Amino acid sequence: MDSRARNLLDEALGLDQLTQLKPPLGGKAVLIEDCVETSGSFVLHQLIKRLLTAVPNSSNVVLFLAFANPFSHYDRILRKLGCNLGAQREKGRFIFVDMLNVECPVGEEGKAGGRSGLFALFANITKVLNALPESNRKCLTIVIDDVSLMEVAAHGSSDHVLDFLHYCHTLTSDYGCSLVTLNHEDIYSSMDGLVFLKQMEYAADVLVKVEPLATGLAADVHGQFDGLQMTVLNRGSLNNRMSNFQFRIKENSVEYFYPGARA
Amino acid sequence: MAATKTRTSSFSRNLPAASSAQSPEIKCGPNGTFLVSSGIPDLDKTLGGGIPLGSLVMVMEDSEAPHHMLLLRNFMSQGLVHKQPLLYASPSKDPRGFLGTLPSPSSPKDDKSRSHDAEQEKGLRIAWQYKKYFGENQSNLDGQRGMILFRFIVLCEWEMLSFIRSLKSTVRSANAVAIITFPSSLVSATFCKRWQHLADCLVSVKAIPDEDKELAKLLTGYQDIVGFLNIHRVPRINTQVPAVLEATTLSIKLQKRRYLVLECLNQAPVDGSSGSSYGTSGNCSGASSKSGSLDF
Repeated sequence: MDSRARNLLDEALGLDQLTQLKPPLGGKAVLIEDCVETSGSFVLHQLIKRLLTAVPNSSNVVLFLAFANPFSHYDRILRKLGCNLGAQREKGRFIFVDMLNVECPVGEEGKAGGRSGLFALFANITKVLNALPESNRKCLTIVIDDVSLMEVAAHGSSDHVLDFLHYCHTLTSDYGCSLVTLNHEDIYSSMDGLVFLKQMEYAADVLVKVEPLATGLAADVHGQFDGLQMTVLNRGSLNNRMSNFQFRIKENSVEYFYPGARA
Repeated sequence: MAATKTRTSSFSRNLPAASSAQSPEIKCGPNGTFLVSSGIPDLDKTLGGGIPLGSLVMVMEDSEAPHHMLLLRNFMSQGLVHKQPLLYASPSKDPRGFLGTLPSPSSPKDDKSRSHDAEQEKGLRIAWQYKKYFGENQSNLDGQRGMILFRFIVLCEWEMLSFIRSLKSTVRSANAVAIITFPSSLVSATFCKRWQHLADCLVSVKAIPDEDKELAKLLTGYQDIVGFLNIHRVPRINTQVPAVLEATTLSIKLQKRRYLVLECLNQAPVDGSSGSSYGTSGNCSGASSKSGSLDF
């Protein structure tokens, strides 16, 4: 599995070299945007599979905050893709935090006897981070699925959710770990909602948009993928790398190809 | 649900313990899901066999016509006939009145069906306020395969969302199916999108005007059509592959005023003669006279 063919998705996400030395996403923050017609969860599945199985005996750890689906859902899907989440969880490489039922009220933070939901969640994350050995902390990837449900759990206080995400971003610069978030672009179409999405996009290093085809539904092509990697080079200049291709999702894999060129 | 013990290989057949006591009305679906009938055979076929247990179905109502009640009625009567526990919550003043509108199950002996209905009513609980219901919900649904129906008026939008989210996680863990209907015109666009993302299965019902000459020219069987059913989202539990349906818009027809039939839209022949439908949609050549000149 070491020198497997890099596919278009790996290049788009910047997963160019998966070795034991470098952290997989290089301490970047990735934002995946999708919509009702086309779901972007397949990108998360592919990413988890690459992080956990590409390099044998690597020290990559994935911390998964699940707001959308229970563990059994991801377990089944990843098993078909060739990654046994149950075994990884037992080894301590895949940490699943089930947030389906958890409410994160953001009332008075100074209440005696309990910290409010999002604070407690962040404290949990730092606890996991500190439990890892010093050299491996940069190999942690935090995956959030998805941010719109985190807003619902916080009863609509988007400011607190944004603060939480900014705190997670500081982890990427302090410890070198990576952050992957999924959000739904079509929810934020109104003027007030747009600010929240723009803030998330601004903070991200890699921006991925998954959309349906402009021509409608098709059995062969399930949608199109737009990726943007922004890296600031040493002298401060910006280097943007754009990718644009289409995909077809199957049970065991996902095919990526350029428009018009079915592989 | 998936077993938690360690498996030696990743290819073992994963059947939950309850499969031995499985009732015939719950079918095995793909990817380890169990399917329940929605009460309308055509809808079951379109959705790939039925509604998977653990999913949340949302029906966007048309504020002009109560066609979504047709769906609810069929769903509820299907649950009654299969003796599955049901919960119905409605903002109307007399939810029990809804029971009166249910179609009676067809059975060989007429008097048998009447007593059948009376027995099922005892198994039915009707809650008035959704918050009060939610407390009962936990004890009611644990370990049972039940169906829940809701009709809502919108109160506070964020509270509604957080209720739906809790409902979704309860339904997932309890292997039940919940159907919620809501008027999409009353909710703001952003919240409508949030609801659509929350739902596993999303359909919308649209009424058509009674005397529309344009539509009558376009479709066959226009007189029988009561409305359109649009399927926006098909449940994708335990799988990442999206479902691409052959037709996302189906016409709702009431045959003999009783049986609900969903059909693909059939285009009327171009020459305007009212003929029988062609059976498959998208058939454009039909009885065209030009086919003779194209001889290969």
